[in-house]
Amino acid sequence: MFEQLNRFFAPVDQIFVTTLHWLVGFLPAAWRPVASSMLCIAFILMVFPALFSIVTIFERKGIGRIQNRYGPNRVGIPGTKIRLAGFGQFLPDGLKMLTKEDIVPRAADKLVHFLAPVVLLIPVLLTYAVLPFGRNMALADYDAGLLFFFAVGGAVEVSVFMAGWSSRNKYSLLGAMRAIAQMLSYEIPLILSSVTVVMIVGSLNLTRIVEAQAGHTFGLANWFVFTPWGLLGYLIFFIASLAESNRSPFDLPEAESEIIAGYFTEYSGFKFALFFLGEYLGMFAIISLGITLFLGGWTAPFACLDFIPSYLWFLTKMLGIVFIFIWIRATLPRLRMDQLMNFAWKFMLPLALLNVLVAGLWHYLAIGPLRWIACATIIIVAYVALGRGLMRHQKLGQRTYRYAD
Amino acid sequence: MLGEQIMRGMAVTAKNFFGSYVSKNRLTTVQYPEERLSQKANTRQFPMLVFDGDPDKGLRCVACTICEKECPPQCIYIVKSKDKKPDYKGQPQLYPAVFDIDVSVCMSCSICVEVCPFESIKMNTEFELSTDDRFEGLLFHKDKLSKSNEYYHQLHPADARDSDAVLAAEKARAEAKAKAAAAAATAPASTPTTVPATATTPPPAPTPAAAAPPPPTPATPPPPAAK
Repeated sequence: MFEQLNRFFAPVDQIFVTTLHWLVGFLPAAWRPVASSMLCIAFILMVFPALFSIVTIFERKGIGRIQNRYGPNRVGIPGTKIRLAGFGQFLPDGLKMLTKEDIVPRAADKLVHFLAPVVLLIPVLLTYAVLPFGRNMALADYDAGLLFFFAVGGAVEVSVFMAGWSSRNKYSLLGAMRAIAQMLSYEIPLILSSVTVVMIVGSLNLTRIVEAQAGHTFGLANWFVFTPWGLLGYLIFFIASLAESNRSPFDLPEAESEIIAGYFTEYSGFKFALFFLGEYLGMFAIISLGITLFLGGWTAPFACLDFIPSYLWFLTKMLGIVFIFIWIRATLPRLRMDQLMNFAWKFMLPLALLNVLVAGLWHYLAIGPLRWIACATIIIVAYVALGRGLMRHQKLGQRTYRYAD
Repeated sequence: MLGEQIMRGMAVTAKNFFGSYVSKNRLTTVQYPEERLSQKANTRQFPMLVFDGDPDKGLRCVACTICEKECPPQCIYIVKSKDKKPDYKGQPQLYPAVFDIDVSVCMSCSICVEVCPFESIKMNTEFELSTDDRFEGLLFHKDKLSKSNEYYHQLHPADARDSDAVLAAEKARAEAKAKAAAAAATAPASTPTTVPATATTPPPAPTPAAAAPPPPTPATPPPPAAK
């Protein structure tokens, strides 16, 4: 029965690829590679900003529900009574952003101030080139894909500092400095946790990494997150990606209650919209990378669900992780700067380094329950010991005020 | 263990998330234009002028300008009339030719209501006053401020009953006094000069607290003329 389903859905799975080939087929052979890339780029530029607009509604509605409110539920199709449960909200939001006055501070470095949002968006969009969104659906099947992702993604920090510096505003500069410190600190555990995957797969090619997780044992997928080192690796990756995308509880660079909006305090209108878009696209990209590395990319979790098209699996996983991001945002308060740094350097970094060792151990031990027990024990012991050690000098509990009473 | 409290917090928010779909009681917000919360008993927004019967003749305000003087943000503007018209007791009184309240300035403190000796200015509860004209649209003239006593009874029944009782008592006292004056006037030759009788009563001192207890007989306008 699954065979039949598989055969039936195989064209659906490849529908984008076949459509692309069919479209490109009308052109002379010399133009085909360029045209094919252009079409893929147009597709990415259409799909992910659209996803961004939908996710902003999901976020507002989700946070509303968590706070026992309705969230946006008014805007539907204009001129009718159809409300679409508020999912039309992104249109007036976007229009509002685009029609707002564009204000540049008189003291600002105008060129850099103008360039910063563009410089943010370009590397973020470039990272999408190497991500495999489905079977045969990576724009650039590039052998050093993971390296490319991190190298290009590192340029985001430049734009953040450009924005903060050029605004000539204390809040902007504080936000930018926080952002640099945070992004640099969390990039290390982020990369170290991805290194484990590269060690096991033996390739930096993201498509190869997905294919390495494609099989099933006892009906369950061979995703790396289902191994001890993969679980720890994904946890570290997840926390670091929260920090990399400046999401709560690591939203210090744009802490509204402390420094207005951090590095985009002085941005308004379309430039602010670009920052907003860049931030969300960056979040999607890093979530996609996490899915690709640890959650099996576009593969199905169970063998029996293989017939569902690969891109749908990718989208489902991505929206699931986005939901967890929103859930965390609605739950946890913002960290303090010293807590943020302590967490990165004293907790995440040692665990990530240990995880590299555990992945090596996993690679060299014989397949069987022994390596499961050994690796899991090392990780749990390290986690508990590190947690206890760090919490030992913490004085938690009721806060006493000496002077304020 | 590290992260345990985070998991507990996540459980709380998850419970709220799903609970808000299951039980309507959790949702504290009201879908405003369709659903409305009932207003609180003493709610107040901006002042209004109460009239009895006819909106023009029955206006209780006698343009004494106490509220204009007491208003902390100075949002009331009154121009007294040149002529007089009889009030509810039948006495000739001035009336406001112009009575404007700038609701963009008004801070809803209700001091004007407290100082008004004529039970005339009261607080309205209407709050849907948004307008696209921020100058004229937010300057309320006399015709917009005038509201009937029945309307006031709907808004604040207890207060309206109290103020009706004050006015009725005052009217009864004025009638009794008029009757006594008429009885006393039967012996000497009585002309309509009621001026000496009223002049003995103290003029209405604009003390903020003097709202109900000593209702001054309305002889407000004459003093400057007498001087």
